[in-house]
Amino acid sequence: MTSSAPALGGVLAAEGSGDGFQAPGLGEFYPEVIASFSLLGIDFEITRITLILWVATLAMIAFLVAAVRNPQIVPGRLQFVGESGYSLVRDGIARDVVGPKGLPFAPFLAALFFFILANNLMAIIPFAQISPMSKFAFPLVLAAICWVLYIWIGIREQGAGKYFKDILFLPGVPKLMYILVTPIEILQNFVVRPFTLAVRLFANMFAGHMLLVVFSLGAVYLFSRDNFSIVFGPISALMAIVMTFFELLVIFLQAYVFTVLMGTYLNGSIEAEH
Amino acid sequence: MSILAAESANPLLPPVGEIIIGLIAFAIVLLVMFKFVAPRFEQVFRARREAIEGGIERAEAMQAEAQAALEQYRAQLAEARSEAAQIRDQARAEGQQILEELRAQAQEESARIVARGEEQLATARQQVVNELRGQIGTLAVQLAGQVVGESLADDARRSGTVDRFLAELDGMAAAGDGAVGARKSTR
Repeated sequence: MTSSAPALGGVLAAEGSGDGFQAPGLGEFYPEVIASFSLLGIDFEITRITLILWVATLAMIAFLVAAVRNPQIVPGRLQFVGESGYSLVRDGIARDVVGPKGLPFAPFLAALFFFILANNLMAIIPFAQISPMSKFAFPLVLAAICWVLYIWIGIREQGAGKYFKDILFLPGVPKLMYILVTPIEILQNFVVRPFTLAVRLFANMFAGHMLLVVFSLGAVYLFSRDNFSIVFGPISALMAIVMTFFELLVIFLQAYVFTVLMGTYLNGSIEAEH
Repeated sequence: MSILAAESANPLLPPVGEIIIGLIAFAIVLLVMFKFVAPRFEQVFRARREAIEGGIERAEAMQAEAQAALEQYRAQLAEARSEAAQIRDQARAEGQQILEELRAQAQEESARIVARGEEQLATARQQVVNELRGQIGTLAVQLAGQVVGESLADDARRSGTVDRFLAELDGMAAAGDGAVGARKSTR
């Protein structure tokens, strides 16, 4: 049932046939296509991962709506949890990182945070155990939206001329240094920022999932051997558990880091560069 | 099989379908956040801030009110005190005035009584003197006539003698009056 079912089958088959341990590979991230259809020449594939994406998204929406359905001045438990998350983004990022003009961006940043968090959490939720964010398409979409947004806000707040001039010719830099600084700044603002934003999230979830799968399947493989390797089985299982907790940390951290970085980019667009 | 296809796939080259699905999913979250969740949260934050600030404001208003009441009470107390002092002073002054009036009245009364007494005394004395003058004249003439034994022929001479005698008597009486006045002034 899990995403690692083919890999698990591989492990057990290897046990039967006497082949060595077959480490899980990229196949983890390309599960079987449940259904596929074509719309306007674009192929859509429904897989476990897209289903998990929808489950995570709808669950998060349901949670948020339930949290604010009947808002009270003295919050209930659910409202308190939702409020804490929203306040973290609103006060901690929109107000403190983006700056005094940042509060209108709070809903966008909160949506970003909650969307990433919900999808990340799927990495350790039983029977899902893979985050849609370990598919590059989804972090890429978010990064692309952020990229468009912070450039648009920069043009809107500073004017196109000043915004691009400040990026091309960083103020306060000796003229000769522009030979070095200008290409770096262009690369930084228009390529590196969105790319790192997407890759950081993707790679963390990708690697996290691989770690969990390797330790879990390793434990199964070691337990299924009839020889001395059974001693190492518990170690592998323990590592899988430890890595799950580590993954929990990464899940929150990556959701937060993505949002904070978007906050700093927005701050750079709103306030003139120093 | 997709697994076989996957082995050759590049994980950094996502299919367009997934990108569109990601866009739609995030757009839905954005929509719900902007239209429903964020406004509700902001509303709660605002209500909470107002509740806290309202509480502080109410407390401040109450304190100000209490302070005002205290001031008013103190002012009233001071006013009452000064009023009482004023009334006391006024009463004292009035009493003094009444006393003065009474004293003056009494003095006046006594002066009037004394004056009337003196007047009556003077009148009585004058009456006595006049009576005495008539009687003494007659008596003296009779007495002198009897003593001398002769009736004085000439009325003119007779009245001259009597007048002279009476004048002498008056002079004696005047001397006596002066003695009486002197005695009165020393009292």
